Amino acid sequence: MDLKEWFANRKKAADNSQSKQPLTNEEYCALWTQCFHCRELLYTRDLRSNLFVCPKCQYHFRIGAVDRIEQLADPGCFQEMDADLSSADPLGFVDTDAYKNRQDEASRKSGLKEAVVCGTGKIRGRDAAIGIMDFGHFGGSMGSVVGEKVTRLVEHALKHSLPLIVISSSGGARMQEGILSLMQMAKTSSALKSFSDAGLLYISVLSEPTFGGVTASFAMLGDFIIAEPGARIGFAGRRVIEQTIKQKLPADFQTAEYLLNHGQVDMVIERAKLADALGALIDLHQPSAPPKHSDAKDKSKQKVAAQSTPTRA
Amino acid sequence: MAHTDRKQVPLEFEQPLQALAQQIENLEKQLADNPAIESDLARLHEQYDLLRRSLYSKLRPIDHLELARHKQRPYTRDYFERWDSEWIEMHGDRKGADDPAMVLGLLRIGGHKVVGIGTQKGRSLRDKQQCNFGMPQPEGYRKALRGIRHAEKFNLPIVTLIDTPGAYPGMAAEEHNQAEAIAVNLMELAGVTVPVVAVVTGEGGSGGALAIGVANRILMLEHSVYSVISPEGCASILWRSPDKVSEACQAMKMTAKELLQLGVVDEVIDEPLGGAHNDYDTVATNAKMGLIRHLDNLRNLNRSQLREDRQKKFRNIGAFYEPAAV
Ligand SMILES: [Zn+2]
Repeated sequence: MDLKEWFANRKKAADNSQSKQPLTNEEYCALWTQCFHCRELLYTRDLRSNLFVCPKCQYHFRIGAVDRIEQLADPGCFQEMDADLSSADPLGFVDTDAYKNRQDEASRKSGLKEAVVCGTGKIRGRDAAIGIMDFGHFGGSMGSVVGEKVTRLVEHALKHSLPLIVISSSGGARMQEGILSLMQMAKTSSALKSFSDAGLLYISVLSEPTFGGVTASFAMLGDFIIAEPGARIGFAGRRVIEQTIKQKLPADFQTAEYLLNHGQVDMVIERAKLADALGALIDLHQPSAPPKHSDAKDKSKQKVAAQSTPTRA
Repeated sequence: MAHTDRKQVPLEFEQPLQALAQQIENLEKQLADNPAIESDLARLHEQYDLLRRSLYSKLRPIDHLELARHKQRPYTRDYFERWDSEWIEMHGDRKGADDPAMVLGLLRIGGHKVVGIGTQKGRSLRDKQQCNFGMPQPEGYRKALRGIRHAEKFNLPIVTLIDTPGAYPGMAAEEHNQAEAIAVNLMELAGVTVPVVAVVTGEGGSGGALAIGVANRILMLEHSVYSVISPEGCASILWRSPDKVSEACQAMKMTAKELLQLGVVDEVIDEPLGGAHNDYDTVATNAKMGLIRHLDNLRNLNRSQLREDRQKKFRNIGAFYEPAAV
């Protein structure tokens, strides 16, 4: 659809909404999405078909795990693992609200049990173990379940010699599980050590936003690290840094592009090209196909080489 | 000694001792003129000690925090010096910096030759600034990584001492990728095939502490704390109020005893009454005995078992529900 047509549709939709029953706030919000970056009002359905990238300014919206799977995995092949794991409340944590209530609230908002969805599937025809974090669930924070699911995913990938892809989006460790959340950093990194020692490929994809304990564990341990355009990625949050050093940070600080310039990621790639890139990367890490010539021919060549050495000496 | 203790700036929870301390001081002044009050004085001393013991038997989490952050708390260098007066320091990350907030060296602890790694807070103001108040830069974590690799190469146990508010939230620290520096340490510590024993001596602040904390055994000093985020950070995010630090301390379960109960920590090491800052030698000896006990114990494992033991320890940490498979 070209821009003119799109605007026409938009106008029509707006007219319709005025003539019929007025939309409730919620319905209106679901229909339209304002771009965080350029402020353009976008028709949500168009935004979705554009992979949640603003057609005007290329701003990459946060997307949920389900949408991401749809975009990334070959249709119909994703098999979720450990879907039934859910959070306990090991500390009986209560701040201004009880952790239990916050969990329920998070699930109501996200439709998910936890902040990561793991499974196996194909990306451009290549088998992979895939983990996808969802910022929409509890700010993508890592507690025991996220740590456990990511660890199991790594173990599964190791057992079946699959390439591993984790798409991160997280505010960091989940405070409500205290030290247990912190220790998930060690747990996931430890699993990745065994995975890495086995010579297997781990591609980490960093999406808006990735911070704290997730960045400082599995997200930064990729053999290859990809970031989505404009994604903010770091350890400490921008505000905390500004308060600490008492100066303003550059506008592009901690963006994917900034990280690329500072040698922290290998690639910044737009969402539409992500699946292709992942497929190509998996391919490039598979052993090269054996040469097409017959074995006998190669052996005879070796023989000749071996014989020729003494004559030369 | 009780006498010197009273002269120190009292901690907040020690306020009830103030009145008694004042009385004792007054009587002591009169003692030369009036020897008859000696028995009164002795009784007051007794009361003072009793009250102090009672105060220390029911510390709140925030009181532990105050002790863990005490300005006179012994730091890594104080321990290393006491354990081995001839310890040899290693410097730098070999990539351009030597972070004084991370101390690295070779030393003997009892019969064990070890690589020692520890965060350092600094005592004088100048010292503190140089050590960045115990907050290592990425270069500090990479210096620690050198120690980890050195230990693996020469089959030396690793002993780490943790006392840090956390990694430094600075611009250069981010540009130099502190997240990666921490993550790599987690990964490499998980993989070494030598014994690793960590002691939280003061503040165990978040990922910056864990970066040298992936150990076969984790010990904590009695009044030390260990948490996923600073209680101030937790209070401001979850309660949106800086006055809720005490609540945050309590909710996060960050004291040595609580973490022992959670199964994350293996042993709590006694501190002298009134906290480690009252008696460096005693706390250094207590820590040393604990370390030797665990290092001796880990000697029973071969190299691959040491790695398995450590990986299994962290593999099992976490609490969640999972419906039984049908
Ligand atoms: Zn836009």
